[in-house]
Amino acid sequence: MSVIDPTVPTALPSSAEDAASDNYLTRPSGLRSWLFTVDHKRIGVMYLVSILTAFLLGGIFAILLRTELLGPQKTVIEADTYNQFFTLHGAIMIFLVIIPSIPATLGNFVLPIMLGAKDLAFPRLNLLSYYLYLGGALLALLAIVLGGVDTGWTFYPPYSIEAAPYNGVIVVLAGVFLLGFSSILTGLNFVVTIHKLRPPGMGWFRMPLFLWSLYATSIIQILATPVLGVTVLLLIVERTLKFGIFHPGLGGDPILYQHFFWFYSHPAVYIMILPAMGIVSELVSVFSRKHIFGYPFIAFSSVAIAMFGFFVWGHHMFVSGQSPLVTVLFSLLTYSVSIPSAVKVFNWLATMHGGSISLKTPMLYALGFVFLFGIGGLTGLFLGALATDVHLHDTYFVVSHFHYVMLGSALIAMLGGMHYWWPKITGRMYSERWGVTAFVLVIIGFNLTFFPQFIMGTHGMPRRYYNYPPEFTFLNQLSTTGSYIMAVSFVLMAAYLLHSLVRGRRAPANPWGGATLEWQCSSPPPTYNFETPPPVRDPYDFRNIEYDPASGGYRRIVPVPATVSKG
Amino acid sequence: MSTAAKTHASLTDTPQAHVAHHFHTASQQFEAAVQGMWIFLATEILLFSGLFCAYAVFRTNHPEVFEYAHQFLSKPLGAINTVILLCSSFTMAAAVWASQHGRRRTAVALLCLTLLGGFGFLGIKFVEYEHKWKEGLLWGIHYQPHAENASAAAEAPAVAFGEPAVPAAVSASENIEAATAETGEPDPAFRPASLGPPGLRRTAASAAPRTEQQVHNVQTFFGVYFLMTGLHGLHVIAGMALIAWVAWRALKGAFSPAYFTPVAMVGLYWHLVDVIWIYLFPLLYLIH
Repeated sequence: MSVIDPTVPTALPSSAEDAASDNYLTRPSGLRSWLFTVDHKRIGVMYLVSILTAFLLGGIFAILLRTELLGPQKTVIEADTYNQFFTLHGAIMIFLVIIPSIPATLGNFVLPIMLGAKDLAFPRLNLLSYYLYLGGALLALLAIVLGGVDTGWTFYPPYSIEAAPYNGVIVVLAGVFLLGFSSILTGLNFVVTIHKLRPPGMGWFRMPLFLWSLYATSIIQILATPVLGVTVLLLIVERTLKFGIFHPGLGGDPILYQHFFWFYSHPAVYIMILPAMGIVSELVSVFSRKHIFGYPFIAFSSVAIAMFGFFVWGHHMFVSGQSPLVTVLFSLLTYSVSIPSAVKVFNWLATMHGGSISLKTPMLYALGFVFLFGIGGLTGLFLGALATDVHLHDTYFVVSHFHYVMLGSALIAMLGGMHYWWPKITGRMYSERWGVTAFVLVIIGFNLTFFPQFIMGTHGMPRRYYNYPPEFTFLNQLSTTGSYIMAVSFVLMAAYLLHSLVRGRRAPANPWGGATLEWQCSSPPPTYNFETPPPVRDPYDFRNIEYDPASGGYRRIVPVPATVSKG
Repeated sequence: MSTAAKTHASLTDTPQAHVAHHFHTASQQFEAAVQGMWIFLATEILLFSGLFCAYAVFRTNHPEVFEYAHQFLSKPLGAINTVILLCSSFTMAAAVWASQHGRRRTAVALLCLTLLGGFGFLGIKFVEYEHKWKEGLLWGIHYQPHAENASAAAEAPAVAFGEPAVPAAVSASENIEAATAETGEPDPAFRPASLGPPGLRRTAASAAPRTEQQVHNVQTFFGVYFLMTGLHGLHVIAGMALIAWVAWRALKGAFSPAYFTPVAMVGLYWHLVDVIWIYLFPLLYLIH
């Protein structure tokens, strides 16, 4: 026997109708209400649209690059254009897409609701952060108009100071500064929200693990990004006023730039991967209908990764002329990051063990993440080892490794999270069949694109090269074919997701049977999320959540004690 | 306007008008603001950390440059500025206290005094910058000291030293080539950054104060000096704008013992600006 829990606002058909007409998307209405909104959900949606647009742009550059590499010599674009395209592809994908992707979109949307709160601690700061992002993105686009940038996304001096004839580099650096500011403000907002707006009853260890990972991410955003800010400022004054900090001809030190740059940009890798791991922790538990295994280990491993991540930047500079002692220490510390990463993977596998696994689209992405992150992480060890790194440095092996981690892991988890929360964000269900189809195509396309690059790298093909010897032609063509398959799968995904907005079935409040608080408010949520703060429970206790065929979703029930039901 | 702002506006009659809709109590909101501000200050320190780091690297590699070049900074002016900033920090703290206790006129007066301190600091900084500008003691490629600052260099044989009066304008490799061509081995006076530092060791012949032609890459000191004090100066200006804003609001009676968050936050920011200067002054002016 069981009855519906009276303490939970139930999603009856009538209230579902209300939710469909009166929610954060519809009230208040008008363009101004969107442009000046301080609602974290709307800002999350605005980020999502902007970031997906940037992803489209970065993806177009990627396809053009891969097309050029179909054969040796010139295929479609000139060598100089090629240099600009790989710079823009890298800069857009990293600064405009992956770094803000999960925190600014899904994090913004879900974090306050998971806490049962009405908004982030500083809603107006959140809006400012979005407009800083938009400003940074527009500056990056302006750089293309002003003649482009061909320094690579790392902007290493002295080339970025003097040799590049393209003044776009100053504009791009200014854009990166704004994007960094935006990232800092998001992180600051999240940390204060998690500290100060947790409801009574939600201790640190009753938070969903996604929030732990966002917290760890925010710490990195706060502590690492200001260093990037000052680095790009220095590079701008170096280029415009010839200050002599990085320019060797003026007594400056170009290696200092590399230290500064990687002091941010290595932790930035964990800004990308930690929230992805948080999403996977949620997905694995919900779709196995089993309590997450080793909660404190997953929570603390996020913090450990965030901390270790600050002490490994030197592994980008093994061949830049560091002292051997420093190099060995950085190699050792790099290996240490693999421990908390592996702790997470083993905990996910243990969660699935004995669970009732349903292979819905979000869960497929979570499994894809574990597989691709396994490859991406283990090949990272090849590069952290000193002797092999000298051989593999600046080859396609590196390109493939970081694409497995950034695209194959961070963005795959982002897609998983997007499918998972899509019903909550839009109030509509997408086609499960097309979702699975697109997933299969993404995985095939991804591996076909990047696995051959490992082989090319070990055979010595350097990264960022326009031309190559004929013996690399076959592997390059495989890789390009894979990138086309991926492009098709992303177009397909865009098609069925957009279609769902118009024709999709109305989403129930809890379509997947999740136990975290966001599944307790309607889909889409009302403007202020909750009338009264919802009761806090274990976020991974699925025992009392049962499928309700009437609404097509899940609802919480309270089991009636046996003695009462007998009486 | 957004709904949040509307909700906010509709509450203006109630004593809790300043509590935003997503906070439960005024103290929760204040604590959130304080924590947010401290985190922001941490990011500010990290922004400066890059410059402190550059300072440490250049000074470790070229102590002789810092020892030589710092004598062109005016210790008295730097000391006066330090005192001015410390006093303005005191008046700022007092202004926070006054707002907290509902003493509106005292708070406005103290904020104006703080603002005056900011103007005083910037005025003295302007005098210092102007002096450096006229003497040609600038950064990087613009380092072109006048003869009285580099008298020894002006007397040095030009053929051996390239263009000694403006060493910065000559690339280090050219210097090395020029010096090597004459003597057969690199002249110790010309060292690119990549070579090890000559350090502070002095030969018996050079017990006299160091002169321009013995010290190279002096421009790196002025580069670091202008970057650090320049970025700090921008923060002073930002702080003054914020002080003017809270002074204006205080004048209009926006603050009360129940709500003085903006004054307290601007106060924290001003103290940070002060603290950074406390480090800049000895690091740049008081080198031995």
